[in-house]
Amino acid sequence: MNVFAGSLDRPNSYIGRSVTRPNAKRLLEGKGRYVTDLILPRMLHAAFVRSPYAHGKIVAVNTEEARALSGVRAVFSGEDLSAICTPWIGTLDHFRNMKSPPQVPLALGKVTWSGQPVVLVVAESRAIAEDAAELVELEIEELPALADPVEAMSAEAISQGLDSNICFATKLDSGGVDEAFEAADLTVEQNFIFGRHTAVTLEPRAIVADYDPSENRLTAHHATQTPYQFQDVYSRHFGIPEANVRVVAPDVGGSFGMKLHVYHEEMAVVGASILLGRPVKYLADRMESFVSDIHARDHRVTARLAVGKDGRISGMDVDDITAIGPFSSYPRTSAVEGNQVVRLMGAPYDFSSYRANLSVVFQNKVQTSQYRAVGHPIACAVTECLVDAAARELSLDPFEMRARNLIPDNSYPRKSPTGYQFEKLSHEVCLARLRAIMNYDDLRREQAELRGKGILRGVGIALFVEITNPSPAFYGVGGARISAQDGAIVKLTPSGEVHCSISVTEQGQGTETIIGQIVADQLGVDRAKVRVMTGDTDTTPHGGATWACRGAGIGGETALQAARKLRNNLLFIAGLILQAKPGELDIREDWIVEAATGQQRISLPEVARIAFFRSDTLPPGTQAQLSVVHHYAPQGYPFAFTNGAQGCLVEVDAETGFVKILKHWVVEDCGRIINPLLVDEQIRGGVVQGLGAAFFEECLYNPEGQLTNGSLADYLVPMACEMPDIEIAHVETPTQDTELGAKGVGEAGTAAASAAAMNAVNDALAGQGAVLTQIPMTPTRILRALGSI
Amino acid sequence: MKARAFDYVRPHSVEEALQAFANADGDAAYIAGGQSLVPALALRLQAPALLIDIARLEELHGLSVIGDHLRIGAATRHFEILNSGLVRTHAPLLSKAASFVAHPAIRNRGTFGGSLALADPASEFPAMSLALGAEIEIASLAGNRSVAAADFFLGLYETALQPGEMIRAVHVPAATARTYCAFDELARRRGDYALVGSGINAEIDNGRIERIRIVFLAVGSTPVQAKNVENLLIGNCLTPELIRKAQETLEADLDPPGDEQTPAEMRMHLARVLLGRLLGRLEATP
Ligand SMILES: Cc1cc2nc3c(=O)[nH]c(=O)nc-3n(C[C@H](O)[C@H](O)[C@H](O)COP(=O)(O)OP(=O)(O)OC[C@H]3O[C@@H](n4cnc5c(N)ncnc54)[C@H](O)[C@@H]3O)c2cc1C
Repeated sequence: MNVFAGSLDRPNSYIGRSVTRPNAKRLLEGKGRYVTDLILPRMLHAAFVRSPYAHGKIVAVNTEEARALSGVRAVFSGEDLSAICTPWIGTLDHFRNMKSPPQVPLALGKVTWSGQPVVLVVAESRAIAEDAAELVELEIEELPALADPVEAMSAEAISQGLDSNICFATKLDSGGVDEAFEAADLTVEQNFIFGRHTAVTLEPRAIVADYDPSENRLTAHHATQTPYQFQDVYSRHFGIPEANVRVVAPDVGGSFGMKLHVYHEEMAVVGASILLGRPVKYLADRMESFVSDIHARDHRVTARLAVGKDGRISGMDVDDITAIGPFSSYPRTSAVEGNQVVRLMGAPYDFSSYRANLSVVFQNKVQTSQYRAVGHPIACAVTECLVDAAARELSLDPFEMRARNLIPDNSYPRKSPTGYQFEKLSHEVCLARLRAIMNYDDLRREQAELRGKGILRGVGIALFVEITNPSPAFYGVGGARISAQDGAIVKLTPSGEVHCSISVTEQGQGTETIIGQIVADQLGVDRAKVRVMTGDTDTTPHGGATWACRGAGIGGETALQAARKLRNNLLFIAGLILQAKPGELDIREDWIVEAATGQQRISLPEVARIAFFRSDTLPPGTQAQLSVVHHYAPQGYPFAFTNGAQGCLVEVDAETGFVKILKHWVVEDCGRIINPLLVDEQIRGGVVQGLGAAFFEECLYNPEGQLTNGSLADYLVPMACEMPDIEIAHVETPTQDTELGAKGVGEAGTAAASAAAMNAVNDALAGQGAVLTQIPMTPTRILRALGSI
Repeated sequence: MKARAFDYVRPHSVEEALQAFANADGDAAYIAGGQSLVPALALRLQAPALLIDIARLEELHGLSVIGDHLRIGAATRHFEILNSGLVRTHAPLLSKAASFVAHPAIRNRGTFGGSLALADPASEFPAMSLALGAEIEIASLAGNRSVAAADFFLGLYETALQPGEMIRAVHVPAATARTYCAFDELARRRGDYALVGSGINAEIDNGRIERIRIVFLAVGSTPVQAKNVENLLIGNCLTPELIRKAQETLEADLDPPGDEQTPAEMRMHLARVLLGRLLGRLEATP
């Protein structure tokens, strides 16, 4: 039950305030400590020799010359590392009949994507390792590559032991779909293509693996979101007791889901450190990132909507073919995205007849897996484009079309057409707010005026629903050792300050900031007196860490409950010292005060001094508990859901196909807002990633399965000059499942930005006979749609 | 991504630099701004044994007007071209093009001579040197020589420079009161290499085109001059009808390459659009 008051007029009321990040200045001054800044005694450096082919048989590997180079300490191939590392298989039990070939650190016998690591060279410096890597001779017999998912579906299996290239297939059917389409006044159908893109974090993947044979102890300094997951993976696959494995994630320069997954290189480097008994460092360079970081999306969707004359949606039918890599990623699989695509379709709307087919297909490209807003942009774009297409057919305004179909705000709790349970969403309020902040009627007037002058403006909107705060229903039930709970230790220091170590992690989004706010708020102390520590499996409790927007909702609730526990302990001790009832005391601005009058009685530093150094003055039998450990796992709804609406204004140059993005709007309901500044940052960053997908980012492959734009010169990330102002408004519908009421916000921006952009471009092109249903919407694709080329 | 090991020298004169190159048995490279060479080293696309740093050589610096020419020292940085009043008055086409070259951080280091020596067909300065009818002053141990821009760009990253030869300066005929010019390009993001770009330099008298050069970038292995279009225009006044004809004629001048992202047809189409727009907004020298 949500009993949190949340008013901002109390002392130390940090929840809901735009406070700055304590770590911002340090990072800004260049004092960040990333994995690659770490220099350990006797540390060696790794470089990889990679497959030049997308598919092939390894005939011979000659490493003799490389070994002989001065400064080279070891050269490992597939057999060396497979001997000490058990294979991993990226399936989850609750995805029935899912399959994936076992993976080992370095290729054994076969290569299945271009860029797959085949040989690992370890040397005194990275430069020497790269020199030696050039001397390794790979003889690979090239096999035909499967680079087209539809072809791959019926082609011979890439992996021995599997009977096809279908990794996972599922069907959803609520019933009544055929009937809905038969009865419909209007059916709109479109084929969509969603390109592959990748995360392009500022800091690439990095690891320093440091194995100490004398203690059989592995320390991995690892740029990851999920140190606990990797502690488990390294322990189990290398046979080291979990307590002897420590994973430390220091400052991490962005992740967006990309650093959640097990990569062959990291496993190989851990193996190398074990075999050599020395620390080994590996930092992916940008070219390596493009061919080894997970990619995302890659969907071909055919979908249709059954609609009545009155604009009411009565049914939806979806077929999604999503192409992953030659195997499913581990331990979160490559099927979650497709699964979320088919389950989030139509989510904002009030209809019940839904059917979907999902096929997850292997092919000879780098693995795909969870990346910011997993599945959402696909589901949202498909739904929202169809809704717009129907509105156009019926000459209904896009706002009106949505107003007629959305799930009314007063009808919760209820289920989505695909079976998700919604606690409470706010589509009606969000849609009205969006219309207001866009000055929608003015935009339409301006659009008509400019059209008279031959200028093509387009306005697009999109509603979205975002899944957050997953319970064990997400991974745990599927057998993955990925925690849905989090843990925190909150302790009073002898000087009366507070230290919190917690299992949610920080990659630049401000996790530590909000945890500090929550702890300070709940304890009644100055925020500057709370130090938050994250990202070290030895010093923080085990937890799920940061993904699926769970940091605020689950991590925040953990911190809140832990802080309240410590507060009770402190009031108990203070009560003994003051001979007062703890229930009549409160903590405000670092003082124990009388709750009723606010009168200061004793300072926290004084309580700490007495408890730590003069325990003899406390009543006999008193044991002051000045550190608390607390765990919290979500209960109640299996997931939280947030919602919102986005709008986009574009101008299309019909002669060149170039699009100027003029403005973007977001109305977002993430439940309790802990820090508006950080929430807005998350939304803006997410929108930029969504617009990147809509207009710029695409991993392009040729028919041989070679990535043809794998550098930052050719792969276009969105840059500031091309990005519009992004205006944000908030609606707050806290979840009642927690005291805090936060639902999470990290993926909301990305979820609907590309959908709004597609609708805007199609709105601009309306009347020109062109419809775009493929992203990114490049000038070439726009001119093709217009028939200009 | 680490370069292979190399030696580095910073000579004190052009003479010394040329000598250092001669002593290196051909296994050397001049480094100026390093904005193209350093990435190539890091990617191991190039691995010379010796880098000869010429960026700070006094003799290679400076912008000056000599007679009816603007002289641009080879080591003049892109930002100097962008900000120079001399360039604005005497070679306005270069001023216009300069703001499209990369981003400020790269313009702070990249050099005019380096850009010409690299001869990237998508680069602005090589193409505009051709449009301006520039002469390239080349230093070598055998003595100095001068090559017209029209004879300098031979192929993809290929120039008339012999091994060891160095660009000392570039001479651009200064603009007159009758000079009109325009530059524009279509790049996916500000500062990127363009899908297509073009610059026009013309002498116009009383509305009549006396002389004109139209050069395209990113449409072939070198900068490409649209000679058929030029011939069509010379002697005439620009009218919407003539511009349309010029756009039609362009097909005879360009044979752009294509790839999956930007097919040849797309480049051709964009070049036509660009030509029409540029002819419609030729500007007089300030
Ligand atoms: C991200 C990025 C974006 C860029 N975008 C653009 C762009 O939009 N447009 C554009 O035109 N350029 C662009 N560039 C390239 C940039 O302008 C280069 O700096 C320039 O083309 C080369 O100049 P430099 O002085 O850096 O040459 P260097 O990198 O030092 O040298 C390049 C080559 O020229 C040779 N060389 C240099 N000086 C001389 C000389 N005086 N005589 C003989 N040989 C010489 C070198 O040996 C080397 O082979 C970009 C670069 C980067 C990194």
